[in-house]
Amino acid sequence: MTDVVIIEHGRHERNYWSDIWRYRELFYVLAWRDVAVRYKQTIIGASWALIRPFLTMVVFTMVFSRIAKLPSDAAIPYPLMVFVGTLAWTFFSTGLTDASNSMIGNSNLISKIYFPRLIVPTAAVVVAFADFLIAFGLLLGMMVWYQFLPSWHVLFLPVFVVAGIAATIGPSLWVTALNVKYRDFRIIVPFIVQLGLYVSPVGFSSSIVPEKWRLLYSLNPVVGVIDGFRWSLLGSDIYLPGLAVSFAVIAAFMWLGVHQFRATEKSFADLI
Amino acid sequence: MTAVITVENLSKRYLLGHRASDNTPAGDVSLRDAITRTARNAARKTGDLMKGREVVHGDQIEEFWALTDVNFEVKEGEVLGLIGRNGAGKSTLLKVLSRITEPTKGRVTLRGRVASLLEVGTGFHPELSGRENIFLNGAILGMSRVDIRKKFDEIVAFSEVEKFLDTPVKRYSSGMYVRLAFAVAAHMEPEILIVDEVLAVGDAAFQAKCMGKMSSVASENRTVLFVSHNMGAIKTLTTRSLLLQGGRITADADSETVIEKYLLTTLDARAKALKAKNLESFRRGRNYDNPPASIVEINIASSNNDPDTLPEVELGSDFTVEICLDVESAILAGDLCVVLMNSQGERVTTLVASDKVQGLSLRPGENVVKLSVKDLFLAPGRYFADVSLDPMIDGKSCDAIFDYPLLTVVNHGQVTHALNRPWGSVYSKDARWSVSEKVEKIAAVGT
Repeated sequence: MTDVVIIEHGRHERNYWSDIWRYRELFYVLAWRDVAVRYKQTIIGASWALIRPFLTMVVFTMVFSRIAKLPSDAAIPYPLMVFVGTLAWTFFSTGLTDASNSMIGNSNLISKIYFPRLIVPTAAVVVAFADFLIAFGLLLGMMVWYQFLPSWHVLFLPVFVVAGIAATIGPSLWVTALNVKYRDFRIIVPFIVQLGLYVSPVGFSSSIVPEKWRLLYSLNPVVGVIDGFRWSLLGSDIYLPGLAVSFAVIAAFMWLGVHQFRATEKSFADLI
Repeated sequence: MTAVITVENLSKRYLLGHRASDNTPAGDVSLRDAITRTARNAARKTGDLMKGREVVHGDQIEEFWALTDVNFEVKEGEVLGLIGRNGAGKSTLLKVLSRITEPTKGRVTLRGRVASLLEVGTGFHPELSGRENIFLNGAILGMSRVDIRKKFDEIVAFSEVEKFLDTPVKRYSSGMYVRLAFAVAAHMEPEILIVDEVLAVGDAAFQAKCMGKMSSVASENRTVLFVSHNMGAIKTLTTRSLLLQGGRITADADSETVIEKYLLTTLDARAKALKAKNLESFRRGRNYDNPPASIVEINIASSNNDPDTLPEVELGSDFTVEICLDVESAILAGDLCVVLMNSQGERVTTLVASDKVQGLSLRPGENVVKLSVKDLFLAPGRYFADVSLDPMIDGKSCDAIFDYPLLTVVNHGQVTHALNRPWGSVYSKDARWSVSEKVEKIAAVGT
């Protein structure tokens, strides 16, 4: 006999992570499905991934740079700075929103088939990442337009991309697990996303935050990610203690998310 | 042979919440009551949340044991049937075995790869093409891409939808959809297969094909756990069955015995249904929320209508079935179909109204349809009926009643000699016997 599975109450799957590995095909397929379906029956298709961050950038540049007259970092063109912020923020907010609804959207799967449930919200984040990559292409185009060449800092970009993914997955898992039980989070998430756009340094540079508040400000994990993106791509200043705080918060959320998710995962089928 | 599935003392509890005002029709007497109640509930829920307990909505919490102390074993290569009325716990048991939900107590040991088929077409995405859905559904059922690619042609051939492979499945007819979905599922190769009522789909020809596939799976020495309401299918596919009643196993024996026992349990349900004037327990989920017409009562004319005893029909006499319908809006060409089954769940005959009349004209309100059955002489024993009411909407009947105990045929001395033999289902009133001398057929040529 090949594998033996024992089902008992409260039994922690010893081979949980290897199970996830075994179900990786399902992970690819679900991510592929969501990517394939995302822009079906739309006229301009994947261009939506470009239009949303682009328009946000235009509006934010108008409001924060032209009207509020906020300064940019060093010699960085304001639109470029805003677009990098928008890029990171759009990824985070789309990932969080889609992941938190992913369980309910896939409830027919959850109630009919066994698989490690962690796959579903993670696949939703992957889809948001696909949008991120498309919009990143536009960023490259803009950098050419502004004739802006990134410095050696760009070598650290992958670190911040990974941090961005972690910053999205952690809270997403936490909110997803809670959302299955308490649908209150369906109302809370759009609200967080709406407020977070102004709380995070999307339309402005975090250097305008007064020095004594910056550490506190960095408790927002997205701050670290956006600052990191701007530092590696555009060469703006980086506030290292703040970055450390952001990364610590990202790690804490990651732990909390996975923990909460795994603790409630087994009852998803009963609750959904 | 080793046990592939071992279930020991398995129990599953659900918590149900009730609103206090469900019991007091007036509901909250004052706004203040409503506020205190809401506050109390919020405090309790927050407390539960803090302690990491399950949060249940409602004012009173009731425990509901969907499964209690279930024990059984399935040997390698065995096909086990699972029978029970609605709400007996079949689906819960399958969900626990498929690892979808966790048991409250007890333990299950599964030896081998498990694939569960609780629904046909789980995860099909309407926007994707047939080809894409084969890969999607295959992955969901646990097949690898390599496996699917290897079997792709076979799956397509089985499903008979070659021409529409690149059409989004939302444009498929419901028949095509189901065929494609079953085709994917049928090509999995798990060691343990858990199947729930998937054969109740598609047209007759496709159902026969599915049954064929199922029995070939069974003959490949794979272990199958099969749930169905279709006693015929249970009888053909399985040798041993379990009967679930109220979350407990009340019978574990050869399928024939268990089917008979199951059909006996419907007698109690009939008495309850007649007293409550509600046939809900004989339905398997409603097809529609507001059906244009529904079946409210089934009886034998001229019987005394005692809910506790089954109407009796004398051996060799005709009988009339009365079906009471509650019609919402007028139906011009309604159709009723009555399937009679014996106590082993075997179909005796099928009587369809549209075979004889141009469709039943039903007026809003209560209608009584009489079906008088002449010259059909049933052998002594109990008989059960499936009654379905059409017009079909999207291929589903507007109401259907299953395994309803209809009548018992009694032998008050009409026949005396065959009492101790299994009789079958039909009694020939006019069988004639004669004896004559055997005439040897000798070729006349050459004598």
